[in-house]
Amino acid sequence: MPIHEKSLIRPENLETHENLVIDGIDVSGDWSTFIRSRVVTDYNEDLQDEIAALPGGEYIHRCWQCGSCTNSCTVNAENPDFNPRYWIYLIRMGMESELVRDKDIIWQCVSCNKCTSACPRDVVPEGVMKATAHWLEMKGYTEKTNSTVFDEIFTGQVVERGKIEDGEVLMEFLKETKQPLMQDWLVQLVKQMVAGFPVFALLKMGMATVFKPKTSDWSKARDAIKSHIEEEKADARKALGLEPAE
Amino acid sequence: MHDTRKERYKKVAYYPGCALEGSGQPYDISTRAVGKKLGLELVDVKDWNCCGAMEVKNIDPEVQTYLSSRVMSQAKHKNKADVVMAPCNGCYHNLKKAEHDIAQKPKSKEVVEKISAKAGHEAYQPGEIETIHALDWIKWGFGEEELKAKIKGGLKGLKIANYYGCMYTRPRHIFPEKGKGGDSESLTKPHYMDDLLAVAGAENVDFPLKTACCGGAHTLSDSDMSTKLVLNILEAAEAAGAEVIATECPTCHSGLEMHQIRALKRLSKDTNVKVIYFTQLLGLAMGLSPRKVGLNANVSQSIPLLKAKGIV
Ligand code: SF4
Ligand code: SF4
Repeated sequence: MPIHEKSLIRPENLETHENLVIDGIDVSGDWSTFIRSRVVTDYNEDLQDEIAALPGGEYIHRCWQCGSCTNSCTVNAENPDFNPRYWIYLIRMGMESELVRDKDIIWQCVSCNKCTSACPRDVVPEGVMKATAHWLEMKGYTEKTNSTVFDEIFTGQVVERGKIEDGEVLMEFLKETKQPLMQDWLVQLVKQMVAGFPVFALLKMGMATVFKPKTSDWSKARDAIKSHIEEEKADARKALGLEPAE
Repeated sequence: MHDTRKERYKKVAYYPGCALEGSGQPYDISTRAVGKKLGLELVDVKDWNCCGAMEVKNIDPEVQTYLSSRVMSQAKHKNKADVVMAPCNGCYHNLKKAEHDIAQKPKSKEVVEKISAKAGHEAYQPGEIETIHALDWIKWGFGEEELKAKIKGGLKGLKIANYYGCMYTRPRHIFPEKGKGGDSESLTKPHYMDDLLAVAGAENVDFPLKTACCGGAHTLSDSDMSTKLVLNILEAAEAAGAEVIATECPTCHSGLEMHQIRALKRLSKDTNVKVIYFTQLLGLAMGLSPRKVGLNANVSQSIPLLKAKGIV
């Protein structure tokens, strides 16, 4: 398959000769560059199963490499290295080390679901991207990304109270990721926001940060959700072989 | 053809969701004001909770399904309703997705039943609730012909790019009613907002990025990408000759407003197109004051343009 060859033609896998004679014929100049022969031994035979065990990754086995996902992808249009089809291929091949080379961009999927709508095999590539990003974190290949930090803050609030307060999510996120609150564009945003804001709306917003919005009668739902999330997390860790032996 | 939707959508359970209570307040204000003006009744879903937005599914997709199912369960059992209207694309998308997953995936159904039982309420069963967007609600619950009669000054030649975002039509699996041709909404070239604003007198431009993504999922966690994606949308709208981008989603709307400013500050890219909720535009067209539709609470400052056009 052509995409795997991509890894073979990286500079470190090429051999270039200044002067080369093959079978008595001088081919210097024209035919001087060769792909080093190599044997791949570092397969992770379980890679596909590991991704499939994480939420969103279930249908990865269906992929037939048509490329519709990458072709339609929002992020790919901005950065050609963002390539869902290629990653799905590597995962199905068990090429863990190749996959990990792209660890810093995989999480950038914006969940626009163009790929999922385009995929003729119902692979749900959007889900696979999320599963892969989580896999990278769980396996320790990447730090927790900003995206995960945001998801956790948001989910934490929902589970706790049933609702979120968007100002609070913003503040917590900036604090957690050590970003300054006084960024030029944020300041401008707030300025423009406050400019025409009716007093009651400002009051309502101010109140919301003190009396946090809350769903009534939520405590039983909260406990049930919490214990479900814990169970799922434990299952995922087990599937990735991360649980300590009993 | 007799359309039963007209009766069914006249009074619906309203699910504002967290965004419309927070940064999307102008959308909430204008939706309620337009409903009132049209004689469509909204009754808030009792004790509603967050649908999970785009974030919860990344932590645990079944929990997102449960959260959305609870909203529908509340509407069914507490409000005794059979239609939920969600103006936010994220809420609308998630309720539809929960409906799809509970019907199609045994695991989703199992989790929803387990958590619902522990939480002490009826588990939502597929088919009990029809979830609709604010666009369906006005288009079918009131009707375009009738809307014409309500238009006062109208939007007289205001050039509008209608922006639907990604969650309104994608992924296709969860919108069984779309893409059926005829009167149905299109999956690839949605037109309900265009239809309504055309009735209100707007001049809809041919806008190629109707369903492009604004990067809302990473609006803060990957701001550079979001700014780029928003800039693509703003620039395409301007190139198409639009003065205004009409929105129908609080995430898209806030994203456009926020990254328009960020693009100017960080990339020195200035775009002049104004961002306005479609419900605000409809309200103005029917003669409601800017205040009544929450226009002053928008970040994007459109009043000078609308004044110059003689709309407000
Ligand atoms: S669109 Fe679907 S089948 Fe095609 S390459 Fe992508 S995931 Fe595989
Ligand atoms: S959901 Fe992610 S992978 Fe799919 S098209 Fe959008 S950005 Fe690309």
